[in-house]
Amino acid sequence: MIPPNTHDSLLVIVPALNEEAAIGGVVSEIHQHVPGVPVLVIDDCSADSTIAVARQAGAEVLPMPHHLGLGGCVQAGYKLAYELGFQYVIRVDGDGQHDASDIPRVYEKLKTTGCEMVIGSRFVADNGSRTGAVRALGIRFFRLVLRPVLGKEVHDPTSGFVGVNRRALDVFRQSFPLEYPEIEALVVLQRRRFRFEEVPCKMRPRTTGRSTITALRSLYYVLHVLLGVFVNVLKFDRRYHRAQRERGAGG
Amino acid sequence: MDRLLNVTTGLSVILLVMVLVSVRRAHIRVEYSVSWLLAAAAMLILSRAHLLLNAVRNLIGLPDSPLTLFLLAGGVFLIMFFRFSVIVSHLRDNNIALAQRVAILEYHLQNLRNHESQEV
Ligand SMILES: Nc1nc2c(ncn2[C@@H]2O[C@H](COP(=O)(O)OP(=O)(O)OP(=O)(O)O)[C@@H](O)[C@H]2O)c(=O)[nH]1
Ligand SMILES: [Mg+2]
Repeated sequence: MIPPNTHDSLLVIVPALNEEAAIGGVVSEIHQHVPGVPVLVIDDCSADSTIAVARQAGAEVLPMPHHLGLGGCVQAGYKLAYELGFQYVIRVDGDGQHDASDIPRVYEKLKTTGCEMVIGSRFVADNGSRTGAVRALGIRFFRLVLRPVLGKEVHDPTSGFVGVNRRALDVFRQSFPLEYPEIEALVVLQRRRFRFEEVPCKMRPRTTGRSTITALRSLYYVLHVLLGVFVNVLKFDRRYHRAQRERGAGG
Repeated sequence: MDRLLNVTTGLSVILLVMVLVSVRRAHIRVEYSVSWLLAAAAMLILSRAHLLLNAVRNLIGLPDSPLTLFLLAGGVFLIMFFRFSVIVSHLRDNNIALAQRVAILEYHLQNLRNHESQEV
């Protein structure tokens, strides 16, 4: 990958685990909608030929030495992007559910608003996106929980279609949740008084492979994320108050 | 009641021997064996020194000595398991950071190699 030298350089990262059936289409679709933008597939030790298919389709591949989990892979991508000097990174799922034609709008929103994070949201406008019943319930629950924490409505907090700028990259390369990263990452940003925006996006139902969110894992997911939100709120409030005290004592 | 204390004596001796053997064979690092050794030794002493155990029992106000011993042992092991969770979490964090670094370095290395072979 050529290190970027423009002030608005973009990298698209695609975390993938056993997505050989979908990844090729995902990569070529991205190339088609944002030509010239490098695509980095982050492979989490897939047992199938995800790496080969991704390379074949013209993507750069960052293979992990052992299984890290989604958050660990996304963070690896953020670290590499930061070190190469990219200004913007957009994450797209490797299962083909996100529509690459939405990438330019997320990118535009990042550039024009200057906010740290842009979420591709399937609920901002009713656009015929469908989700499972359990998933929809979970999302509604987290919307309620997150409202007071974020001080602002977030329609699709679990979306994996997320764009960030370099300020957010700098935060995430240092700390990023390991499992189920989306909601916690939002809280991490908000605690630093960073801003996010949502852009309506299409979501396609999964056609190949298997979802990693099964019914049994849903409860674990909810508990895990709730605890993560709680911990982050406490951690940053303490740090914030300490900083305030020190400022008070100093001045 | 004394039989129960004999059982705990036996258990703590087994634990003690197990830990020592594991340390000798380098299955456990010395720094992680210390807390196990201390716990086993404390259990051994308490199960033999009846006066001491009774004193502790009266202090807490429990009906009988073996129960006191089991509660103490349970408490100590709970703390130790927690400590190990903390250690494991640190290890996992370090391990993930390392794995990411390895992946990124390998990526750069591969790029350099490709570059070189193109120039040749
Ligand atoms: N690197 C990595 N990627 C993962 C892992 N688990 C899932 N992924 C990828 O993350 C993306 C989202 O995973 P999905 O299982 O589709 O999760 P989802 O889209 O929230 O759930 P569905 O709506 O059921 O598809 C896909 O591109 C997966 O390949 C993992 O452990 N490591
Ligand atoms: Mg999916």
